[in-house]
Amino acid sequence: MPLVLKLEGITKAFPGVLANDRIDLTLEQGEIHALLGENGAGKSTLMNILYGLYQPDGGRISLRPRDQANTASQTASTDGLVEVKIRNPNDAITQGIGMVHQHFMLIPPLTVTENVMLGTESTRGVVFLDRADAAGRIRKISEQYGLEVDPDAYIRDLPVGVQQRVEIVKLLYREADILILDEPSAVLTPQEVDRLFSTISNLVDQGKSIIFITHKLREVMEIANRITVLRDGRVVGTTTPEQTTQAELAAMMVGRHVELAVHKEPAAPGEVVLAVQDLQVLDDRQNLAVAGVSFKVKEGEIFGIAGVQGNGQTELVEALTGLRASIGGEVRILGAVITSATPRKILEKGVAHVPEDRQQDGLVLSCPVHDNLVLCNYYLPPFAKGIIIQEDAVIATASELVEEFDVRTPSVFVPTSNLSGGNQQKVIVAREFSRPVRLIIASQPTRGLDVGSIEYIHQRILQKRSEGTAVLLVSPELDEIIVLSDRIAVMYRGQIMDILPAKGVNREYLGLLMAGVEASEAAQSTPPTIEGEERVERVF
Amino acid sequence: MDEDRVEAESTPTPARAERDATEPKKSRGGLSPRLQAVVVPVLAVFTALVIGAIVIAATDTTVVAAYRNFFRAPRTALSATWRAVATAYGALFSGSLGSPSEIFQAVQVYRSTGDNALWLKAIWPITESLVAATPFIFSGLAVALGFRCGLFNIGVEGQFGMGALAAAYVGYSITGAPRLVHLPLAVLAGALGGAVWAAIPGYLKAKTGAHEVVNTIMMNYIAFRLSDWLLNGPMKAPGYRPVTSSVEMTAALPRLFPAPIRFNAGFFLALAVAALVYWFLFKTTLGFEIRTVGANPDAARYAGMSVTRNFVLAMVLSGALAGLAGASQVLGVDYWVGQGFSAGYGFDAIALALLGKSHPFGVVLAALLFGALRSGATRMQSLAGIPIDIISILQGLVIVFIAAPAIIRWLYRIRVEREEEVVLTRGWGK
Amino acid sequence: MATSVARSQIRAISTGRARRMGLVFLAIGVATLLLLGRGLEAGQKATFGLNPGFKSQAIKIPDLTLPVQPTIYTLAAIILILGAWQLIRGSRSANALLGVVAFCFVFAFLTWAARGKSFNLVGMLGSSLVRATPIALAALCGVMCERSGVVNIGIEGIMLMSAQAAVVVATVTKNLYMGLAAAILTGAIISALHAVMAVSLKVDQVISGTAIIIIGTGATSFIAARFLEKNINGLNNSGTFPVISIPVLSKIPLLGPIFFENGIIVYLMLALIALTHILLFSTKWGLRTRAVGEHPRAADTLGINVYLVRYVSVILGGMIAGVGGAYFTIGSVGRFDEFMTAGKGFIGLAAMIFGKWSPFGAFGSSLLFGFADSLQIKLQILRVHIPSEFLLMAPYLITMVVLAGVVGRAIPPAADGQPYEKQ
Repeated sequence: MPLVLKLEGITKAFPGVLANDRIDLTLEQGEIHALLGENGAGKSTLMNILYGLYQPDGGRISLRPRDQANTASQTASTDGLVEVKIRNPNDAITQGIGMVHQHFMLIPPLTVTENVMLGTESTRGVVFLDRADAAGRIRKISEQYGLEVDPDAYIRDLPVGVQQRVEIVKLLYREADILILDEPSAVLTPQEVDRLFSTISNLVDQGKSIIFITHKLREVMEIANRITVLRDGRVVGTTTPEQTTQAELAAMMVGRHVELAVHKEPAAPGEVVLAVQDLQVLDDRQNLAVAGVSFKVKEGEIFGIAGVQGNGQTELVEALTGLRASIGGEVRILGAVITSATPRKILEKGVAHVPEDRQQDGLVLSCPVHDNLVLCNYYLPPFAKGIIIQEDAVIATASELVEEFDVRTPSVFVPTSNLSGGNQQKVIVAREFSRPVRLIIASQPTRGLDVGSIEYIHQRILQKRSEGTAVLLVSPELDEIIVLSDRIAVMYRGQIMDILPAKGVNREYLGLLMAGVEASEAAQSTPPTIEGEERVERVF
Repeated sequence: MDEDRVEAESTPTPARAERDATEPKKSRGGLSPRLQAVVVPVLAVFTALVIGAIVIAATDTTVVAAYRNFFRAPRTALSATWRAVATAYGALFSGSLGSPSEIFQAVQVYRSTGDNALWLKAIWPITESLVAATPFIFSGLAVALGFRCGLFNIGVEGQFGMGALAAAYVGYSITGAPRLVHLPLAVLAGALGGAVWAAIPGYLKAKTGAHEVVNTIMMNYIAFRLSDWLLNGPMKAPGYRPVTSSVEMTAALPRLFPAPIRFNAGFFLALAVAALVYWFLFKTTLGFEIRTVGANPDAARYAGMSVTRNFVLAMVLSGALAGLAGASQVLGVDYWVGQGFSAGYGFDAIALALLGKSHPFGVVLAALLFGALRSGATRMQSLAGIPIDIISILQGLVIVFIAAPAIIRWLYRIRVEREEEVVLTRGWGK
Repeated sequence: MATSVARSQIRAISTGRARRMGLVFLAIGVATLLLLGRGLEAGQKATFGLNPGFKSQAIKIPDLTLPVQPTIYTLAAIILILGAWQLIRGSRSANALLGVVAFCFVFAFLTWAARGKSFNLVGMLGSSLVRATPIALAALCGVMCERSGVVNIGIEGIMLMSAQAAVVVATVTKNLYMGLAAAILTGAIISALHAVMAVSLKVDQVISGTAIIIIGTGATSFIAARFLEKNINGLNNSGTFPVISIPVLSKIPLLGPIFFENGIIVYLMLALIALTHILLFSTKWGLRTRAVGEHPRAADTLGINVYLVRYVSVILGGMIAGVGGAYFTIGSVGRFDEFMTAGKGFIGLAAMIFGKWSPFGAFGSSLLFGFADSLQIKLQILRVHIPSEFLLMAPYLITMVVLAGVVGRAIPPAADGQPYEKQ
């Protein structure tokens, strides 16, 4: 197949980091080329350069010319490609490059049509919008590629899977030939991922070329034609699924042998720490986000809650930590009812909370590390006498914690924003785990971290488990849930579909539950657990 | 917002966490943030004064006329410019600090003869500057305290007025009480008046999320109408004018020099309160909470702090400080309240807090400067014919330069280690 | 984010608020009866003048004379019935009903105030529109800016400077239209400065607006004291735009004298409301503006120049505020006085919020605020002993109530007030 894109020697530096170091990459027409690497390897930077959001410090981008007239003056090299400068997204769009960003670039209060046409609007006269024309074109694209969307729907009313389809329609509407998909599966159920993959095959069949960014080995093996692995901003190698294995890919990504399996001792559950009974919680729009949920978490076990993001997990965690009022049901910690207690009361009961958005909710980035390390207990002795803060005690304790939890920081006095993502998370873990803790509530504790930090955080959580702490783990990453948990609950639309032991659990079964299939029905099509299935693998 | 944050995290995040953390960001020979915090305000004031000089010269008819002949007689034009600016700023300086030679002379006269009339005349300007600075210190602290909690209190003007009215009411309605009781009572009434007025937007913010910028502006106008009504009705002194009665002398802040010098104990009260605010903000758990809420309310909530309680607390304290400003003006200087009493103090206070970098001691310095400018401007108006409003223009410019340090850095080619962030508010209604 | 799925699910029944609203209505009904219905003399009549006080093109129609007691009782009964209905049904569309209730109450109040007297309704409505004009223009400026994501609280300062520029230029050139042009130009320049600070330098937008207010009041007072006071006739005495009667339309009774016999700035305001609405909701540029105000990064990835959109919106807004400024001088009194905008810029912001960031909403709330303003004057003339200060507080109180979410939550554009940082 002919080449459609060639990147040569792309280099990009940010203050203190070489994000892309002389990267070469080619893309053939009709190819699915996976770009694999752990968080921070430079995948997104490279693609943002290709899409015109960043300017490279060096290197060349060559594309197959779209129309002959334009290229008459330019000299095509032997492979028929022409070097281009992509200064902004507009250039990328005119060159036929489109990108679905990891975080969708959709505007909730506008309709599908308005979102799709934005920037290349259909008009009557020069200025007046022609919504009907655009909607017609959208319908045509939907049919041609099998991407069902309602042009008149408002984005805010659409589920995540459909929003992703809108994003793809957006690219096709601009007649993109090269589609960049940045972590497209992160927010989907396994079945939705299947559907996405069939859409991708469909697109490739119709002549589109696709760059697929991911850190999930399984997906790469399943869909990619070629795989390029990045590490530390460099290309480690390019291979094909036939020539490699998951273990080999993992080693390429991380640069050392990675133990894919996680070793954990059998659980020794003790007494019940957290008991939730028929809990009901409203979301910000006053809709029932948690619709009667009941479960128990015991000492020394990890209870995982799986589910696609936006099915009430956030509201559940907020209710359990006192950040959001519940409208029905009961929560007990060690037997004491805490249903309407304040966050501080709940923290004082021995609850540690690792929030899902560490920069927004977990840390005060502008404050020094030492302040963040006492953020929950600054008012207690030895940190305060009455209302007067004892700075010496704060700094002494902070220094100890930095040592103990291996937080890499020049000192405890620097603003927390100076730390890397992994070290920021370590600050939160140090603060939360160093208190007398009986229950840990961790939401997506490893989101966006590099493998070293992921391993560290997992090890700390498992260590707490063996010390007899109860752990409630919430994550949309199914792999993380399966790896760490002793029991798994699946949440869908505010309800728990099923609770089952993690040992030997069947991913496919979980996927059906995540998509809203009733447990009894799901069990008919595939067994909940597979005997001898010990496929617990690390996630990146 | 969510998107921005996450991308910032996922893209430029260092390739290797360890490498980034152990190598602190390279400094490239620029100013450290700490030094920059001092240098930028000084240069901001200086630049504003330069622009003020240009305005003075450009609006002076003699100067403009001289420039018509610039090519024939450039020296005339330049000397006319110099004269106009020097007269104006000279008057500003002597009007705010007094003339050193006069003071020196007066001291000698006092030493030899014991006559203090000259001495009082010589120190009059500087005492007037301190008199003007007193409410500035309080009101600047009010805005600064709000900033520290992430609140933008544009309502100082209304709180100032309500505090002044409350202090005046206690001051004139109670008679025959000893000063030891009456004065503290009147001062407290002032603080309370301002606190109540600020508590309303604070409560609304905490309870409903209504943005304090809009609500404090609305409260300003409500205060304005309410005081209009009070001064024409319930609180009107006998007579024709819409003003309150004068406060009893037992409620007045003691004056420390013989008349006509108006310098009073209010100034020392202001300094003491500034020190108290410093201690409160930086040495107590309550201050820690307020600062944490100001820096990141979400993280504060997740860490178990009550954001709503801190919003209300910060607003109430901010309002109390603004009320104290009003009280200090009534009880120390004017003794009665009339219409438009508080006009302009709210915006002055914002400028003060910004110039003082929301630090209590910085605010004191800024207030001393603005107090001097205000009292000097009166003399500048009478001697050089420059309208006193030039000071407002200077204040506005200072705000611009402080809020956009990039202008100052560009003007003076200052390089910095790290961008300093001036983010004080978040969009409406959230 | 987390709400997309749960929304289609069971809608939690939150009729509590709607029911509480019913209680409020009942209370208003009772208040109408007790406050206005008591001590009325039987057979007393109230006359509402339906012809303007000034010489008008409109065809004369007979005035409306109502019996006071039955009218008030009927209106009170309507309010009470609506209250009961709301309480029982717990309707979610409480806001529309609230409008009806408010109208009934105000009308009952006017009937009461005009008992035994004559009250020129058309005159008052006409002056409401005139008084609403600067408010509406300020609000429209706010809508333009904030729809693109830039908060502009400096409207007051922009209007002051434009007002002064208008009168000085109009006096010097002896041409009111030159004055208007100068006002618009001044608005454009000052708001461009705001755009530089807010968009390019990423200054906190509230602070930038504050600086504009301070500089605006300072500079206008400075110029007034240094130049205008010394030479009033040569610099500060322009005359005002004449009243233009629109042919045919001005002959319509009631509406004609209210809408079609006004100065040019009122017409300009009405046209700008409609134009802004079309611009924002029916054109390419409007779609882009709204996109930038909601999610600038998304717009950026589609090749839209976020900074350009914001600059243009802010400057257009400033030009509208410039027209608003011109109203104060060449549109109404023909000279400049210090602080003459008297907070209208801030009321405009309130009208923008109350109008939910839409041009017609902003216009409607400006009319309401203008109505409160002119009612207050009317009541003084009628010697109704209600302190006018309290009526003048109404716009501010209404804004605070709206902002608190008691009546319809006002949700600003998502990126309002947030500087956009290109990647």
